[in-house]
Amino acid sequence: MSRHSAGPGREEQGPRRSYTDPPTKPRRKRVVLADSRAPVTRLRTVIELEEQTSYGEELVRQLIRAQFKQAMKFWLATLAFFLALPALFFFLPQLSQTTLAGVRLPWLVLGLLPFPLLFGVGYWYNVVAERQERDFVAMVEK
Amino acid sequence: MSAKIWALSGAFAVIIATFYIGWRSSRTASTAQDFLVARRTVRSRRNAAAVSGEYLSAASFLGVAGLVLKDGADALWYPIGFTAGYLALMLFVAAPLRRSGAYTLPDFCEARLGSRALRGLAAVFVVFIGILYVVPQLQLAGQALANILPVPTWVGATVVTVVVIVNVFGGGMRAITVVQAFQYWLKLFAIAAPTFVMCLLFIGNGGLRDGQATTLTEALPPTFTQNTEIDVRTPVLLRVEDPVWLAARGETDGEPAMGTVYWGPGTHEVAAGTTLHFSKGSSVPVVAGAPADNESWLAPASNGGDLFSTYSLILALFLGTMGLPHVLVRFYTNPDGRAARRTTLHVLLLLSLFYLFPIMLGALSRLYVPELLVTGQTDAAVLNLPHSIAPGILGDILGAVLTAGAFAAFLSTSSGLVVSVSGVLSTDVLRGRVRDFRFATAVAGGVPLALAIAVRQTDISLTVGMSFALAASTFCPILLLGVWWRKLTWVGAAAGMIVGGGLVLASLVINTISNLTGGWAPSVFSQPAIITVPAAFLTVILVSKATPAKIPADVAQIRLRMHAPDNLGLTRDRAVASFGTAEERSRLADGRHRKE
Repeated sequence: MSRHSAGPGREEQGPRRSYTDPPTKPRRKRVVLADSRAPVTRLRTVIELEEQTSYGEELVRQLIRAQFKQAMKFWLATLAFFLALPALFFFLPQLSQTTLAGVRLPWLVLGLLPFPLLFGVGYWYNVVAERQERDFVAMVEK
Repeated sequence: MSAKIWALSGAFAVIIATFYIGWRSSRTASTAQDFLVARRTVRSRRNAAAVSGEYLSAASFLGVAGLVLKDGADALWYPIGFTAGYLALMLFVAAPLRRSGAYTLPDFCEARLGSRALRGLAAVFVVFIGILYVVPQLQLAGQALANILPVPTWVGATVVTVVVIVNVFGGGMRAITVVQAFQYWLKLFAIAAPTFVMCLLFIGNGGLRDGQATTLTEALPPTFTQNTEIDVRTPVLLRVEDPVWLAARGETDGEPAMGTVYWGPGTHEVAAGTTLHFSKGSSVPVVAGAPADNESWLAPASNGGDLFSTYSLILALFLGTMGLPHVLVRFYTNPDGRAARRTTLHVLLLLSLFYLFPIMLGALSRLYVPELLVTGQTDAAVLNLPHSIAPGILGDILGAVLTAGAFAAFLSTSSGLVVSVSGVLSTDVLRGRVRDFRFATAVAGGVPLALAIAVRQTDISLTVGMSFALAASTFCPILLLGVWWRKLTWVGAAAGMIVGGGLVLASLVINTISNLTGGWAPSVFSQPAIITVPAAFLTVILVSKATPAKIPADVAQIRLRMHAPDNLGLTRDRAVASFGTAEERSRLADGRHRKE
């Protein structure tokens, strides 16, 4: 919450007062070249992102590419596993005859295993994706 | 008779509880602002229960067990696909979609591609998918009620439709997350507890009653566990592996039959209105097309055609979930993209927990209610199982619990879909007044009801599989490419939707005609995803590449908003811009998204 309490409009309050002054005699202004307070620097980078400067655009492009690669890796691995199964049982029918703890192998592999597997992949991806986002925010705030 | 009273009171209790919880929670959130704004503060765990509650339809509660009973190992792909769809949703769509701020699928199309025309087209397909999904729910509701009471099947379908419409009129049942979350836990309990009890009974009885039945690993057909009388209501083609003596009254193999009949190995035709009597211990004839003996029932895809349709099914289910209108609308309830992802993760957990039970019930029904294989109406397996396994009061109670769960499934999914469809109808097709919403609700409930009564019932999971194929061939390409591909244009999206959706609807029509005229269509028409999904993707990409001038001007801005982490605060909610309070809108103008 505190991060966002400093809105982008705050800096404008100083100059606005100058409208009441007579135009002939310019009012003295305090010029600030750098502000050490962190939120302002952070906002500048965000504004850079929003205004699509070449730097901002490149950052976004990199972020999207990294996110896509990450998601695709998880998806292809999962998909490869599941797409291999029907072919495997079709071309090696003796696999279907194998019994493990009194239950046929296909029923274990298709009826039980996919569920913890899918949740596990999802959990892992969630960790990775959240770390990736934290890293991006850290880089933007630097 | 007492069994019927038990089951009826189970179904009735669910309807009352649903009304009560909906009424109680709608007292606190009644205005439009409350409705939209309060929604975005729901915790991911409760939200996940709500998503699952809405998602677990009769196809999951009754259909999966029925298909396992009939098709064995091949049917296991249904629960896998129903769950894995959420992984695809989580990996590619959940967080960016939430951050895009779009509220419904048509809204996303407009937000991303800036075209009113595309929004209208998307609305049309939302309506198609919704109707296609509701019809089998209503048919099964009719069948379930006909199981309890001596009424024709249209009564049950009408009762569910009326309850849903009344509920939606009275404040929108789906609007209240608590109700859907409650429905999930109810359904989980209603399937888990009876499964535990029945497994205990099965093991406690020393396996199969009297050692008469065929065990699941033998290369023999299942056997009747008691003297059984079967009324054949629709004409059916049966395959007999082991010769069987039976008594028939009616018409079999094209000849009038009266008295004892001998069926040798081969296929046999039974006309509607025939009554068949089988004695205890004789082997069960199985509807043609399903594995006849237990050995081949246990093994997955044993011929090339099965393999092909298995892959088609995998494609439809894995990619179709993200395009279901009643699922996506729930993601807007999350406060931000990160919460949307966490919600999906919880959904994966909740669904994984649930689907273990229908699989077990399906295997048990192969032993205890094989008579369903004769009529092919295996969707009734879950409801018939308790009385066969535990005659007496225990079976009555188990049956009542399962019936209650089934009615929870009918109600939650149907109302979720009716609300989504009527919301889209009233805002995108009509003018969005309260009167329009009421009219749209009546249409969204009435049209599926008419279809449910008119169209012949097939296995629910097959019909639901078709609506997954439709979602996978229309919205999946738009969502995936819309989120990840910069060069998508509205022309490409529209062309892809028309090609993919058109192909699926065409094969649906062909398949329906073929079902009525002797089933000549090859199996690809009953699950066309393997052709339609690549066709849709290809069309979207090619047409988009041909129309680069139509790339929206603010595409970079939109993409930034969808992909930037939430705490940079770039998200804007579209629905808040149009319906939110003044304070919400000013915060929006400030460019800051509300934080938790």
